[in-house]
Amino acid sequence: MNLETKNKINDDLLRPVLHTSPWFYVIVLVLGGIIVAGLGSWMYQMSHGLVVAGIKWPVYWAFYITNFVFWIGISHAGTLISAILRLVNATWRRPVTRCAEVITVFALMIGALFPIIHLGRPWLAFYLMPYPSERGIWPNFRSPLVWDFFAISTYLTGSTLFLFLPTIPDFALMRDRTTGLRQRIYGMLSLGWQGTTKQWHRLESAMQIMAIAIVPVAVSVHTIVSFDFSMSPVPMWHSTVFGPYFVAGAIFSGIAALIVAMAVLRKVLHLEEYLHPVHFHNLGKLLLTMSLLWAYFTFVERLTVWYGNAPAEMAVFWETQTGSYAPLFWTMVFCNFVIPLPLLGIRRLRTITGTVVASSLIVVGMWLERFLIIVPSLAMKNLPYSWGFYRPQPVEIMITIATFAAMAFLYVLFSKFVPIISIWELKVGAHPRRVLTPQEEEEAQELWRVRP
Amino acid sequence: MKAVYALYADPDSAQLAVDSLRREGVAERSITVISSEPFEEYEFSRRDKPTWIFWLATAGGAVGLVLAYLLASTTQRLWPLVTGGMPIVAMWPNLIIMFELTMLGAIIVTVITLLITARLPTTRSKLYDPEVSSGKILVGVENAPDDSIEKLKQTLRATGGEVNAG
Repeated sequence: MNLETKNKINDDLLRPVLHTSPWFYVIVLVLGGIIVAGLGSWMYQMSHGLVVAGIKWPVYWAFYITNFVFWIGISHAGTLISAILRLVNATWRRPVTRCAEVITVFALMIGALFPIIHLGRPWLAFYLMPYPSERGIWPNFRSPLVWDFFAISTYLTGSTLFLFLPTIPDFALMRDRTTGLRQRIYGMLSLGWQGTTKQWHRLESAMQIMAIAIVPVAVSVHTIVSFDFSMSPVPMWHSTVFGPYFVAGAIFSGIAALIVAMAVLRKVLHLEEYLHPVHFHNLGKLLLTMSLLWAYFTFVERLTVWYGNAPAEMAVFWETQTGSYAPLFWTMVFCNFVIPLPLLGIRRLRTITGTVVASSLIVVGMWLERFLIIVPSLAMKNLPYSWGFYRPQPVEIMITIATFAAMAFLYVLFSKFVPIISIWELKVGAHPRRVLTPQEEEEAQELWRVRP
Repeated sequence: MKAVYALYADPDSAQLAVDSLRREGVAERSITVISSEPFEEYEFSRRDKPTWIFWLATAGGAVGLVLAYLLASTTQRLWPLVTGGMPIVAMWPNLIIMFELTMLGAIIVTVITLLITARLPTTRSKLYDPEVSSGKILVGVENAPDDSIEKLKQTLRATGGEVNAG
C-alpha cells in the first residue's frame, strides 16, 4: 500500500470526525429531545411511584426487565464477535470490529440502567454493591441479581478496555491531524503513543489475551442473565437449556443490531469503500446460522415442556401458542426464522438490503422473545387464583423508546469524535504479506512462543 | 548526544535502513523504528523481546480468584443468612463470583502490563515526527554520539530516507 492510499484512508475515515454536517446537529437535537422525554417519564415515575407503570401483582417484571435482557443481548454484538473474529484471524473483520465493540459498551450501559429504573427508588441501587454496612446487610452472594452485578461489571470493564486499547493508535493519528483544544484532548487520549515496534508488539499481545478472556466472560454474562429466570421454580423458566438458549439469542440479536448499525454508517458516513457487500454477506451467513440455532433451541424448549405435560407449564405454553400472547409469539417466529431464512439462506437475496431487512425483523423478534419469556410465565404462575395480566403504560413505552434513542445518540456522538473504523487495523489488512524466509519464520515463532 | 532519524515511504526501505545501521555498529537498543501500523512480516518489527504478559495475566486471574473466594466466603460467614436451604458458604453460587473476578483480574493485569511495558502514558519522546501519521516509517538512532551524527545521516540517506536530526 503506497502513501497516497494510506492518506486516502486517513482522509476518508477522519472526515466524519473533522467535518461536521448540519445533519449531525439535527439528529442530535431530535434524539436528545426523545431522551429528555424519557428522562421526564422516569422522573414522573419516581415522583408518583411504580403505580404509574403497568407492573402490578402478579406481573412484577415486564417492560423494564424485557429491555434489560434485550440490551444485554444486543451487547453481544460487539466484543464477543470482535474477539472471536480476532482469534480466528478473519481478515474481513477489520472494518467491522470497532462498529461492533461500540455497540457492546453502549448497550451494556443502557441495559444496566434498567434494573435501576425498575427499582422505583434508584437512589437505593447501591444496595447491590458489596460494602460493609452498619445495617448488617450484605448482598446475598447466592442471589442471581448479585451475580448479574459482578458479571455485567466485569463485561463492561473488559469491553470498554477492549474498545479503548486499539483506539489508542487512532487517537495518536488524530493528535497529529488536529490543532488547539482537540489536539490536546486527543493527545491525552493517545497516552503519548508513538508507534514504536515495541509498543505495537505489546498492544497486539495484550489484545490477543483480552480476546481470549472476553469470550468466556461474554458467554457467562448472558448465562447469568438467564439464571435470573431459570433459578426460579416458575413455569417455563426452570429449564437447564436457558443458559445456552439465552447466549444463542444474545449473539443472534447482537449480529442483527450490528448489521443494521453498519448499514446506517455506510450510508450516512459514505463508507461504501470500506464496508463492502462481502461484510454484510459474511455477517448474513453468521446470522443465518444463529437463526437456525435459535429455532432449534425454541423447538427443544417447547417440545420438552409439551412432552412433560405439567399442568402449570402447559397453561403458559398454550397461552403463548394459541391464547392471548399467540399473535406476539407467531410474530416472533416469523421475524426470527420464517422471513430471515429465505432472505439469508438464498445467496441471491443475501444482499445488503436483504440482510438489513432480515436484521431489522430479528431485532423486533428478539425483543418479543424476551417479553414472551418474562410476562406470560409471571401472569399465569401456578395456581389460577394468582393469575393476572399486564398492559404496558405510557411511562414504560416512553422510557423504552428513549433507550433506543439513547443508543443511537451515543453511537452518533462516538462516530463524531472517534473514527468508527479502526484506521491502523484497516491498513494492516491491506498489506500484501511477504513470504517469510525459514529463518524469519523461526524468529517470528520465537516471539510468539510466549504469546497465547 | 542527539537523535538522528530518517523517514521512509515503504517498509522495505525501512528494513534496509535498520540493516545498514546494524552494519555501522549501532547497538540494537539504540535503533528506533516508529510506524503508524505494525509490520509483523518485517524483521524490524520483531526486534522486541518475548513478553511475560500472558503469565502476568494468568497471575492476575489467580489473584482475582483468591480475592473472590475470600470476599464471598468471608462475608457469608460474618453475616450468615440461610437462603433456600443452601449452606452458609455455598460453593456453587460462589463459583460464579470467582469466575467473574478471575477474568476481571486477568483483564486488568493485562492492561496494566501493557501500559507499563509500552511506557504509556508518557509525554511524547523527542524522537517522533507527525509525518508518521501520514504513513511514513521513522528509522532513527537515539542518543547518537556527536561525532557519529554525519556518518549516520549518510547511512540513512543512502537507504533512501529523508534525513532529519532531532
